[in-house]
Amino acid sequence: MEFIQDLMNYGFLQKALFTSIMVGILCGVIGCFIILRGMALMGDAISHAVLPGVAISFMLGINYFYGAVVMGLLTAIGIGYISQNSRVKSDSSIGIVFSAFFALGVLLITKASTAIDLTQILFGNVLSVRTSDMWLTLIIGAIVLLIVILFYKEFLITTFDPTMAQAYGLPVRFIHYVIMILLTLVTVASLQTVGVILVVAMLITPASTAYLLTNRLSTMIFLSAFFGALSAVIGLYFSSEYNLSSGAVIVLATTSIFILAFIFSPKQGILWRMIREKKNKASI
Amino acid sequence: MGKALTVDHLHVSYYGKEVIKDVSFSINTGKLVGIIGPNGAGKSTIMKATLGLIPKDKGNVRILEKPLKAVRKKIAYVPQRNNLDWDFPINVIDTVLLGTYPHLGLMRRPNAKQKEWAFQCLKEVGMEDFSKQQIGELSGGQQQRVFLARALAQKAELFFLDEPFVGIDVSSETTIIKILKNLCDKGKTVLVVHHDLTKVEDYFDELILLNKELVEYGPVQQVFKAETISQAYQANLSILKKVGVSM
Repeated sequence: MEFIQDLMNYGFLQKALFTSIMVGILCGVIGCFIILRGMALMGDAISHAVLPGVAISFMLGINYFYGAVVMGLLTAIGIGYISQNSRVKSDSSIGIVFSAFFALGVLLITKASTAIDLTQILFGNVLSVRTSDMWLTLIIGAIVLLIVILFYKEFLITTFDPTMAQAYGLPVRFIHYVIMILLTLVTVASLQTVGVILVVAMLITPASTAYLLTNRLSTMIFLSAFFGALSAVIGLYFSSEYNLSSGAVIVLATTSIFILAFIFSPKQGILWRMIREKKNKASI
Repeated sequence: MGKALTVDHLHVSYYGKEVIKDVSFSINTGKLVGIIGPNGAGKSTIMKATLGLIPKDKGNVRILEKPLKAVRKKIAYVPQRNNLDWDFPINVIDTVLLGTYPHLGLMRRPNAKQKEWAFQCLKEVGMEDFSKQQIGELSGGQQQRVFLARALAQKAELFFLDEPFVGIDVSSETTIIKILKNLCDKGKTVLVVHHDLTKVEDYFDELILLNKELVEYGPVQQVFKAETISQAYQANLSILKKVGVSM
């Protein structure tokens, strides 16, 4: 319970806790739409591709947020453009675009090597969250959650049955780009906590865990947000108590929860599945 | 009687290949119309182009005597079953409830009234006992009935169904065709892409016989004849006799 006492005493730890919980919730919510739309790779791509944006912002002396958002969107548009205007399949165009952006980012950051620490951006360090970062995360979080709540119905139908959505006149492609924007925002908010490389785990793993446990999208979103936040707390605890990399610990926490669901989920879990199969065999 | 659908000199191509060539027809309201033709004849394509889901090269489509944009919400479309993610976390009643979305407008959620209506539509297709099941747990015929219920929930004037009878059980097929005929009796218009020739005469009022170009359009008795069918299918007549085409 030393951790709780530390929390009371140290402002940086409070900021870290608040920010990482927020990130866990955001990634959990957006992650549900990402995995159901089959865009897990896209999440990976955008998170890597914000790197040059961070570097350029730094060179220009502006908040890294702006550069990152611009680069994230360019990536989403670039990927869509290549796969729609050539025979190159979408997973390949994702690979082409994001690795190019990432490579560019690495060069820019090492050239502008003064103050940004590449490792910190790549792997995150939640304990170094500043007050301004915390506010940024809070504002991004409020915007993202508000949009998801307001347009839940539209997100649901364009994810499940885009053809019907298009047939009754919804701007399906526009909504796709709105989700890309939200994804970029969430990624940027997660930079400090889990870092560029591991954001994808926060997006995909809690959502996939929730997917194994429920047959309702709304429940899935709540569960996913809960698992995201829980992993963030667990991760922060181990990271601060044992001086471990926060991103890595948080990701391993999400993975552990996923493994539990994978084995024990009442409907999808491999354990019950095995038991059911045995019963079936016995009854024959 | 008004016009439900007027297609005028429609041309559609996929990747530079023309798949619909200069098709024109005009359907009155209250008809149950089958779209038939061999594989690759452009049956689904013409449906999608009519609905604005894929771009057309040339030609004009008017629905209920208006341009498509003005009447989108009066159309219900049931796509082919294999185009959906059946593992999606959604149950039967929530799927039917999607049918109320077009009339709800942005940012509004369905309330008790819409839910009650969705349940009634589900009852009409005889699936009310399955309302809490995940859609992937249903049989093909049950899935098709749920999607018909969703179309009913849209309170549409025009119904477009793409191959609704593929891979489903006999009793579902009977239920579905009964409901479709019922809709037509109420003055709605129903278009069905269909590839099985055996029951064409029992099911439809009119036929659109298609093979990239329009081979013929008219009442079933007029279109469903050996010469016209064989012209479209380029098949020999003995095969057609087996499936019951009158000579």
